[in-house]
Amino acid sequence: MTAVVTPNGFSLDTSGKRVVVDPVTRIEGHMRCEVNLDADNVIRNAVSTGTMWRGLEVILKGRDPRDAWAFVQRICGVCTGTHALTSVRAVEDALGIAIPENANSIRNIMQLSLQVHDHLVHFYHLHALDWVNPITALAADPKATSELQQTVSPHHPNSSPGYFRDIQSRLRKFVESGQLGPFKNGYWTNPAYVLPPEANLMAVTHYLEALDFQREIMTVRTIFGGKDTHPNWLVGGVPCAINMDGPMAAGAPINMERLDYVSSIVDRTITFVNDVYIPDIIAIGGFYKGWLYGGGLSGKSVLAYGCIPDKANDYSPANLMMPSGAIVDGKLQEVFPVDLRDPGQVQEFVPHSWYKYPDETKGLHPWDGITEPNYVLGAGAKGTSTAIEQIDENAKYSWIKAPRWRGHAMEVGPLARYVVGYAKGDPHIKEQVDRTLATLGVPLEALFSTLGRTAARALEAQWAAEKQRYFLDKLIANIKAGDSATANTAKFDPKTWPKEVKGVGFSEAPRGALAHWIRIRDTRIENYQCVVPTTWNGSPRDNQGNIGAFEAALMNTKVARAEEPVEILRTLHSFDPCLACSTHVIGPDGQQMAEVTVR
Amino acid sequence: MTVETFYQVMRRQGITRRSFTKFCSLTAAALGLSPAHAQQIATAMETKPRLPVLWLHGLECTCCSESFIRSAHPLAKDVILSMISLDYDDTIMAAAGHQAESIIDETIAKYNGNYILACEGNPPLNQEGMSCIIGGRPYLEQLRKAAANCKAIISWGSCASWGCVQAARPNPTQATPIHKVPGLAPKPIIKVPGCPPIAEVMTAVVAYIVTFERFPELDAQGRPKMFYSQRIHDKCYRRPHFDAGQFVEAFDDEGARRGYCLYKVGCKGPTTYNACSTVRWNGGLSFPIQAGHPCIGCSEDGFWDKGDFYNRLSRIHGFGIEATADEIGGTAALAVGGLAAVHAGISAVKRAREKTGADQ
Repeated sequence: MTAVVTPNGFSLDTSGKRVVVDPVTRIEGHMRCEVNLDADNVIRNAVSTGTMWRGLEVILKGRDPRDAWAFVQRICGVCTGTHALTSVRAVEDALGIAIPENANSIRNIMQLSLQVHDHLVHFYHLHALDWVNPITALAADPKATSELQQTVSPHHPNSSPGYFRDIQSRLRKFVESGQLGPFKNGYWTNPAYVLPPEANLMAVTHYLEALDFQREIMTVRTIFGGKDTHPNWLVGGVPCAINMDGPMAAGAPINMERLDYVSSIVDRTITFVNDVYIPDIIAIGGFYKGWLYGGGLSGKSVLAYGCIPDKANDYSPANLMMPSGAIVDGKLQEVFPVDLRDPGQVQEFVPHSWYKYPDETKGLHPWDGITEPNYVLGAGAKGTSTAIEQIDENAKYSWIKAPRWRGHAMEVGPLARYVVGYAKGDPHIKEQVDRTLATLGVPLEALFSTLGRTAARALEAQWAAEKQRYFLDKLIANIKAGDSATANTAKFDPKTWPKEVKGVGFSEAPRGALAHWIRIRDTRIENYQCVVPTTWNGSPRDNQGNIGAFEAALMNTKVARAEEPVEILRTLHSFDPCLACSTHVIGPDGQQMAEVTVR
Repeated sequence: MTVETFYQVMRRQGITRRSFTKFCSLTAAALGLSPAHAQQIATAMETKPRLPVLWLHGLECTCCSESFIRSAHPLAKDVILSMISLDYDDTIMAAAGHQAESIIDETIAKYNGNYILACEGNPPLNQEGMSCIIGGRPYLEQLRKAAANCKAIISWGSCASWGCVQAARPNPTQATPIHKVPGLAPKPIIKVPGCPPIAEVMTAVVAYIVTFERFPELDAQGRPKMFYSQRIHDKCYRRPHFDAGQFVEAFDDEGARRGYCLYKVGCKGPTTYNACSTVRWNGGLSFPIQAGHPCIGCSEDGFWDKGDFYNRLSRIHGFGIEATADEIGGTAALAVGGLAAVHAGISAVKRAREKTGADQ
């Protein structure tokens, strides 16, 4: 096949060698990636396939809308809570329920703690091994590592030569045991890894420190939500009642001791992000700043819904502390408002997805979404239906649908939010971005890259950690002013509900823009649809042939060794893919479940 | 080649013998064992090589892995570096693609019959198994292969144990819990249910297996008795309010602020077997009821299909033969100003205690 140019401006050429990565590991869920390399090992075609599907939306049909948060929270245990938050917002929107200010502050603290936790764990435990080589850390000089640590982060207490010697010794014993565990079969001799041994040792040390510390970040959610993973939520507010000094305050969900606990964790979280995560991003980014592949759609078409309402119940862009808007065709000077109720804006397409529409030339708005599974491989696929050797991207090839905003394939996530925020002149985002670019000595264009995506995530974690403090202070001030309300239960009883309503809830999940659309009839769920971040980013081609964000970001990347495509992992991981999120979708007509067609 | 033991690792980290002994005592306590067992744990930690584990992921949400890394004692870091050899876990492993998949074959060749298969999530049987694809093939194939050669299976969480959310009505993919997967080799299976299971319960199960080289004692449903033999209700700190007929009638009411019993707003604690009210969550910090939300029963088989979460269990005995929570609650509401009513409430409590014992 000769090269074709997609409507969104990418030249695809499938004539070169096909390379398959399945499974793509260090992600949530399951996915497959195939690329074609030209004679110089440059990616000239990219195909991203979501390889799991669970069907949660048909399971929701007929259930109590007040229970929906618990079901959809189980869409994803990594971004745990963000679907639950989006769900209670959708139900509250449908029923016209206003939540108390304290509930808004507590929800924001929980959501912000997720942003920090998810971003931190993503960088150290899912992404770092694309840049950091733990094996060469064994060759590091502990004293030089100590000096490096003290240079990049003078305030971090764990920086002595003896400390790094101990970690290195533990690592050496681990490697020498022959039981390499998670490090087994990595691409450790690949020249794509360029960090000096000392930087590798420092990063591996922080891999372990972050693994220890991440568990503390989430204890904030255990206080407010009772457990983590999967804390508890409530339509109308939050379930954790406040009792500061009344009778039986000691047994109340929230009292002075509980708030003190949260306060201490928030402080320590801010410190860890500032002293470990951010300096590591700068240090590692400094060694890789010549590797500016992976921009994809980030400099062209990005989308954000916004999140973190300052005041309760106001979801207008001006009240949202995370930015919202859409940018298309690289025109950063023009940020469009996004209306999730407008049937012409968000639509999902399925000509390349394993679902069936009556008319697949058209997209459907989620309130009217239908999804009938249809697992079938294209005529050009190699292998069999249960032993796929090669996907045929000209036909259906993914369990992910193709959502589009006014017909455009969009990138979502921390980088999309930062591009939108930067374009809108958000002072905090501009300051963070400009400072980071200046520190690394790179131009603004460097932001539109795999590394830019990874850096934006870290900057957002820093922002989120600090905003936790803002909302904790706000919560305490509100309680001090005499308002201890946490839930509005005036419409909790289904008997108070209208016969038929519909609503939409949205948030910014760690991985990007997230929205749920609900229809309620006779107090039960009639239809429930989610369009999630990885549906946007991991989308297959659409009816026009536009490629999605993963596919676009892989294009034109040079791979050092075709048989060890760490560059593919780098760019895919920079999106922090969440496949369980993206591939759960099925609509109200799904009672007759998937039909399998064998070629 | 020298093989590192848990104790050597801890010592090299600068942990004193005294701290190590304390860790073993805490682990023994967490496992519900007598102090005498602490020495046994110490001996095991000092001498044993790491246990090979293949941790497979089917249809799931990764909440079990996320819970696991939140363990306070032992820390996930120490489990991974010092207790087990986590040779395959696609969520955290460095390798990808065929380099990842070859590890399963290598592990089978090297440790045939001697590795643990840890299952998170479950396989779908519909769509030819292709609604969960690994390496271009159904996850079912990977699962069957790994199971055929393992020593034993751990079913992490409610997905692997019971089916969980994707198996809720009408179960579109025919997601199937591990012990019901057709064609799976007959191996010992330990179920650790919960959505997710408590972190310290997960790591304690691993620590028990590594320490004693056997599975903990299981109940008739295959769950470790040490963590799943009591209902949330049995050890709930709000139980005295249940017995006294003091209930939360609506969220954020005065009862909610006083920590009254959540039974009337739907708490499934009386029918849920788990360690939430004893071990609690995230290092013993809290559990759902303490934070004001009713238990949704997430460790029970089919909990998604047992009625709406905010509807109370229809008739929980424990108030005497005739009384229900409505009657008792009504009595308690009157009791606020009347001694006679308080007395009636206390009588009900006595009857409740007797009856609860008989209900077991």
